[in-house]
Amino acid sequence: MSTKKFFTKDRVKNLSAYLLVIIAYVVVQIISAGGGLPSMYKGLLVPICAYVVMALSLNLTVGILGELSLGHAGFMSVGAFTGVAISIALRDSITAPWLLLLVAMVCGAIMAALFGVIIGIPVLRLKGDYLAIVTLAFGEIIKSLFTNLYLGIDPEGVLRIGLVNKPEELITGSKMLINGALGISGVQKISTFTAGVILIIVSLILIFNTVNSRTGRAVMAIRDNRIAAECVGINVTKYKMIAFVMSAAIAGAAGTLYSLNYSTIAASKFDFNTSILILVFVVLGGQGNMIGSIIAATVLTILPEALREFADYRMLVYAIVLIIIMLVTNNPTFKMFAEKIRSSLKKKKNKKTVKEGN
Amino acid sequence: MKKFLALMLAIVMAVACLASCGNNATDTNDTGKTDNTGDTAGATVFKIGGTGPLTGDAAIYGNAVKNAAELAVKEINAKGGDIQFELKYEDDTHDAEKAVTAYNSLKDWGMQIFLGSVTSKPCEATSAESYEDRYFTLTPSASSTAVLEGKDNVFQMCFMDPNQGSASAQYISDKKLGEKIAVIYKSDDVYSTGVLETFKTKAAELNLNIVSEQAFATGADTDFTAQLKDAQAKGADLVFLPMYYTPASLILTQADQMGYAPAWFGVDGMDGILTIEGFDTSLAEGVMLLTPFNADSEDEATKAFVETYQSTYGDIPNQFAADAYDCVYAIYQALEAGKATADMDKEALSDLLVEQFTSMTFDGLTGEGMTWDETGAVTKSPKGMVIKDGAYVGLD
Amino acid sequence: MTFLSYLISGISLGSVYAIIALGYTMVYGIAKMLNFAHGDVIMVGAYVCYLVFNNWGLPWWVSLIISMIVCTVLGIIIERLAYKPLRAASSLAVLITAIGVSYFLQNAALLLWTSSPKSFPTKFFDIGGEKGFTIFDGQLQISYTALVTILCCIVIMVALTLFTEKTKLGKAMRAVSENKEASQLMGINVNKTISITFAIGSGLAAIAGVLLCSAYPILQPTTGSMPGIKAFTAAVFGGIGSIPGAFLGGILLGILEIFAKAYISTQLSDAIVFAVLIVMLLVKPTGLLGKKIMEKV
Repeated sequence: MSTKKFFTKDRVKNLSAYLLVIIAYVVVQIISAGGGLPSMYKGLLVPICAYVVMALSLNLTVGILGELSLGHAGFMSVGAFTGVAISIALRDSITAPWLLLLVAMVCGAIMAALFGVIIGIPVLRLKGDYLAIVTLAFGEIIKSLFTNLYLGIDPEGVLRIGLVNKPEELITGSKMLINGALGISGVQKISTFTAGVILIIVSLILIFNTVNSRTGRAVMAIRDNRIAAECVGINVTKYKMIAFVMSAAIAGAAGTLYSLNYSTIAASKFDFNTSILILVFVVLGGQGNMIGSIIAATVLTILPEALREFADYRMLVYAIVLIIIMLVTNNPTFKMFAEKIRSSLKKKKNKKTVKEGN
Repeated sequence: MKKFLALMLAIVMAVACLASCGNNATDTNDTGKTDNTGDTAGATVFKIGGTGPLTGDAAIYGNAVKNAAELAVKEINAKGGDIQFELKYEDDTHDAEKAVTAYNSLKDWGMQIFLGSVTSKPCEATSAESYEDRYFTLTPSASSTAVLEGKDNVFQMCFMDPNQGSASAQYISDKKLGEKIAVIYKSDDVYSTGVLETFKTKAAELNLNIVSEQAFATGADTDFTAQLKDAQAKGADLVFLPMYYTPASLILTQADQMGYAPAWFGVDGMDGILTIEGFDTSLAEGVMLLTPFNADSEDEATKAFVETYQSTYGDIPNQFAADAYDCVYAIYQALEAGKATADMDKEALSDLLVEQFTSMTFDGLTGEGMTWDETGAVTKSPKGMVIKDGAYVGLD
Repeated sequence: MTFLSYLISGISLGSVYAIIALGYTMVYGIAKMLNFAHGDVIMVGAYVCYLVFNNWGLPWWVSLIISMIVCTVLGIIIERLAYKPLRAASSLAVLITAIGVSYFLQNAALLLWTSSPKSFPTKFFDIGGEKGFTIFDGQLQISYTALVTILCCIVIMVALTLFTEKTKLGKAMRAVSENKEASQLMGINVNKTISITFAIGSGLAAIAGVLLCSAYPILQPTTGSMPGIKAFTAAVFGGIGSIPGAFLGGILLGILEIFAKAYISTQLSDAIVFAVLIVMLLVKPTGLLGKKIMEKV
């Protein structure tokens, strides 16, 4: 009886998400240890983790909160720059790479959450496509600011910040943290696949626990019918804000993970196209479906690389595949077919549980 | 969710199938390429790889480099000597992340010598990897300082950004080209800001008077009237354009429409402006630039290169192409001098090439008597050029 | 005087944005979808015009007409193959498909026309070999291209407004955008109406492409994408779905961009433009001329 209650539908779904990640991790580690993993895929492991976390975080905004965001890469950018700047500043005081990574990620997440609050206040008052365009605008503003931001520690150990113009004190003998359009160079690469997988699991725990709590139910009620939710006394702004800021914080951590995997980072990477790319993961994986996001982010990050053999036709093929997937998954006949399979599977499962119950 | 899983699996399988088909196709292709060299292919072939933007915004630079490198490889292979090359270029869409992936896929392919990445930011990322993995790296065109910093086996064929900036300022000062100088630069571009920074430092040293400093960024790079009017209003008689030629051509057109005609001074990225299809070359009349390469040169080697390039790819090669062509030949010369064999592994090749490069002198399309120092920077003298009647003429 | 000349550059840039925004807004109004491939249709239009003009030596207006025909056909094909099967799907699914189409067009253009930039002819609108005229004793210079762009934009805006107000088809479009089911019951062929809107929008894209490239004569496979996003912003700025709104939004965005560059900072011009947009949307959450949507419970 008790086991039956423990395995509710949601729990099974959530557990299978964790299981999927852990199995994938173990399988990759085994293949990698056996030397069977080509370097191209080895190099993709950390970015895949970062994109998976980004997709999860955006899914919180798009799928659970039900608002379209076109500037999610902006939060990734905040996390990336904060994390890298922190990692460079603390490089000499913290020697354990994992601890440095952890500190950087936490700082990246906090900074992104701060931006989430600043942006959320105006953005969440708007609706639909107007909200989408304001997130796009914020994404572009963040990109533009980081392109013109100078941050460094001068020879006397004082932190100097400059916008558009480099502070004069920073000319010689100083430690540059962020160097305008040149971004950050000479980053110590401390991100690892294991750290990435841990971040995915932490994000999953955060998201699932929120979704299955009072907060989550309130957020979803707002998504489904804002006015009705307001009528039953749900504080719409507060719950929207919680979801939005959490999404931003997770994206910030993903940004730190991503940027600490490369020796160099520039603001132009986190542009509109990156935001759209992450949105594609979410829509393809299914809004609100976390396992879907994980799979879609993984497959779509690998896909263009696996298509390298097509040489010049690579991106063309990628575009066609993308269109075809969208057409097929939204095809009524296909949907009906999928529904049939699902219901037949359900029946089997039901029978099983009934037997167990006996 | 199940439907999704099933679908994804199906796609992955389909892609894997396609990829493996494609794999076979390219394999035959590759052997086809090396076939024209006779049956020497095999253990005697050096595998060189490079990454560059073959698609997207910066595709022009990546394709120029790829084409020219291919050309050089073909020529060398046709000679039929002991040293034979096999070349592979991977697309990095001018993105550091993709460049590292592209680099990794080249590693899987069995690359022995790395041609770096075409553009600066991606090359900073890939050169960090190739330094760790001990692949000898010679980039044709990634000019930022961070590409070389602290990496003993990474070399550049092009000028470093700082050299460009200070050389330009020196040149302007020496020849007294302008009293009041305006600068328009691309604020989100490493190349442009890199050149600008040293230009400003050197200009301050030489007491050059910079009256207007204006920027533009990706996305707002169509209308330059505001920048140009600022320069005009402040009476600038020389405008310095540290940028690639695509935006430069727009600036020249719009200045012409405004009736503003200062002296123009560009850097090596400006080379190519005369090759834009349909460009009214009279607009570029009088533009000065420092560039190591000149497609109109009377020099024998340059002429032959331009001719073959044009007949093979349809375009007139720019300085990126010339640098890439030189890269392959420089590696060829170094391998020959070092008596390298293709069965040497990457570390051995790297040590050998580093030793050769720091000691040899190389004559190429982009300069004569080029040498490299320990840091990997090249020493060659830029030529001052001015555009007259739609062609480059030496400034001196 | 400098102020006036900045204003004129702003209006001329804004007119280009406005024409592109008109295409966005029409499609959005009727199909409730953000057609992100619109910017790339513009690029195709400009390429076709360029090739016809340069390779076949036909006069510019013939090139323009051919380019409009090609774009219209292209628009219809895209709509038929990629968007029509998704009529019943969520708007996000259509958005992603549109992005796929955008990637497709860009990369197809890259393969067809290579990555090397083409310089678009700027002499289309010159009169007697002159690029422009001056007023106020030569203090203010106005180019004919800018003038034609602004005029074109006004003509198109007026024509479109009249079309949607007066003609039967136009009324059908408005009906469909109000309520699909009800208009179907009234005997309007919804599918056909949406397809026609796409055709008109794509035809406009060809004009926008030619004007964009006449004013800013560099043509590459990615030429359309940034102006496309800017124009989309302009359409929202003016109130998406509204034709005069797209016009107003486009012009204002153009002026704003030039003024931000001229008077504040060229480095941060984009950030300033977007910041103004955000403030504006906070004051008027449905854009300048957008309709206020009443919510039903």
